[in-house]
Amino acid sequence: MTPVLEVEGVRKAFGSEVVLRSVDLTVPAHHVTVLIGASGSGKSTLLRCVNLLETVEDGVIRLDGEDVTDPRADPDAVRRRIGIVFQAFNLFPHLSVLDNVTLAPRRVHGVARREAEDRARELLDRFGLAERAGDYPDRLSGGQQQRAAIVRALATRPRLLLLDEITSALDPELVGEVLALVRELKAEGMTMVIATHEMGFARQVADEVCFLDGGTVVERGSPEQVLSAPVEPRTRQFLRRIVDAGRL
Amino acid sequence: MTDWVPSARQREREAYRRRQTRRSVGVAGASTLVVAGVAVAVLVGSPGWPRVRGTFFSWAAARDAFPAVLAGFWLNVRIFAVAAVLVLAVGLAVAVLRTLRGPVFFPVRLLAAAYTDLFRGLPLILVILLLGFGVPALRLGGVPDGAVVWGTAALVLTYGAYVAEVIRAGIESVHPSQVAAARSLGLSHGRSLRFVVLPQALRRVVPPLLNDAASLQKDSGLISVLGVIDAVRAAQIETSYSFNYTPYLVAAALFLLLTIPMVRVTDWISMRALRRQSAGAR
Repeated sequence: MTPVLEVEGVRKAFGSEVVLRSVDLTVPAHHVTVLIGASGSGKSTLLRCVNLLETVEDGVIRLDGEDVTDPRADPDAVRRRIGIVFQAFNLFPHLSVLDNVTLAPRRVHGVARREAEDRARELLDRFGLAERAGDYPDRLSGGQQQRAAIVRALATRPRLLLLDEITSALDPELVGEVLALVRELKAEGMTMVIATHEMGFARQVADEVCFLDGGTVVERGSPEQVLSAPVEPRTRQFLRRIVDAGRL
Repeated sequence: MTDWVPSARQREREAYRRRQTRRSVGVAGASTLVVAGVAVAVLVGSPGWPRVRGTFFSWAAARDAFPAVLAGFWLNVRIFAVAAVLVLAVGLAVAVLRTLRGPVFFPVRLLAAAYTDLFRGLPLILVILLLGFGVPALRLGGVPDGAVVWGTAALVLTYGAYVAEVIRAGIESVHPSQVAAARSLGLSHGRSLRFVVLPQALRRVVPPLLNDAASLQKDSGLISVLGVIDAVRAAQIETSYSFNYTPYLVAAALFLLLTIPMVRVTDWISMRALRRQSAGAR
């Protein structure tokens, strides 16, 4: 079966700063790949490249076998099949939570208002946001905002979900509720690529952990292997710093 | 790193993008030429064109009228320069007064609101006539009675009301979290406005402010109803001597010569500021 996502030799530089030198990644259906690495190692840039928010400078990205880095590909059509959740939530402040969630289904996918709202309420209800549907994002706690952002990404039934350090802007006691939601998505078989600093979480949800450093995937494997018995010196060094910071 | 050589795939992509760019430029260029060509053909081919060319595009008439029109235009420029500065000051002050919170400031807010409501609602020409003929007629001691002074005052009052509302919109568009951050650093309401809110607000309202500036510059000609000779009035006088309309085109060209560079420069400045602030955000 064709993997949902294939990344081959992707390169991306901003001016003279090469963020991704040559990155390879394969994510089969229903698999969860977790990207770890220091700040600035290119985790976010990689996710933004997959969603075509950035144009790669070399290499190929395939979604369900289709080359999305081909300049002839329609970026909107590609993005319709991918959901992304940002570190800073990026909810639309002028829309209620319900309208945030139904915007894309209604305006992009042509779902009738009634139907879109029914599905949105069902999702919001499942993730404990039912009574916040009519509120504006600024009135929600960080954890609630991030859960609303995840619901917004799910509302279009994406093939692939990208999560970009979704707990980095949250208070520690709010991190749990968001991660529980992601675990639930994993149990349902959602295909995901997750950039995170939460090593414990990575251990729980990842089918594969990739350690990014110097613009490439330095080490990859099962969470046990990469996080508990890393082979590469650079991976060990990174994990030691994480342990020292009390994050493992 | 310089050891990177683009793959064949990447070279093909870049070649494709270059072709697309060339095509877009070609289409844009061709369509511009066609539209311009049609416009010129319609103008030149129209039955009245020889007549129009003589009465609107006469080189000799333009040369004769130029000194008078330019002298009038110099008045427009001076009125605009003085009025623009005052308009900005009045607009800023009124906008800031309207943001004051608390019951103590209720009368101030009320006055500011009444001012904007009144002067946005009155036709500018009426304000000019009322101030320009009304105030000097009071014969108050120590008050200047020049038409230029009162005409400019009318411009400032009217445009101050517009600009106040534009700036207020800008102030309200700055997210409350910015005020929270500024106040939490110990900045007073005034300092928060001055160092945090207004710099962001003004940057956002530069385009509508430019609208008002261009419009103010053109409306500076309206004070000719008080008998002052500005560019438009000078052109009118020249026209009535020669029965040739070219002086109007001379005045139009002078106005464009001033507005277009002003708008381009401000556009460029705000673009640069935007780029500096949001590196690769879109």
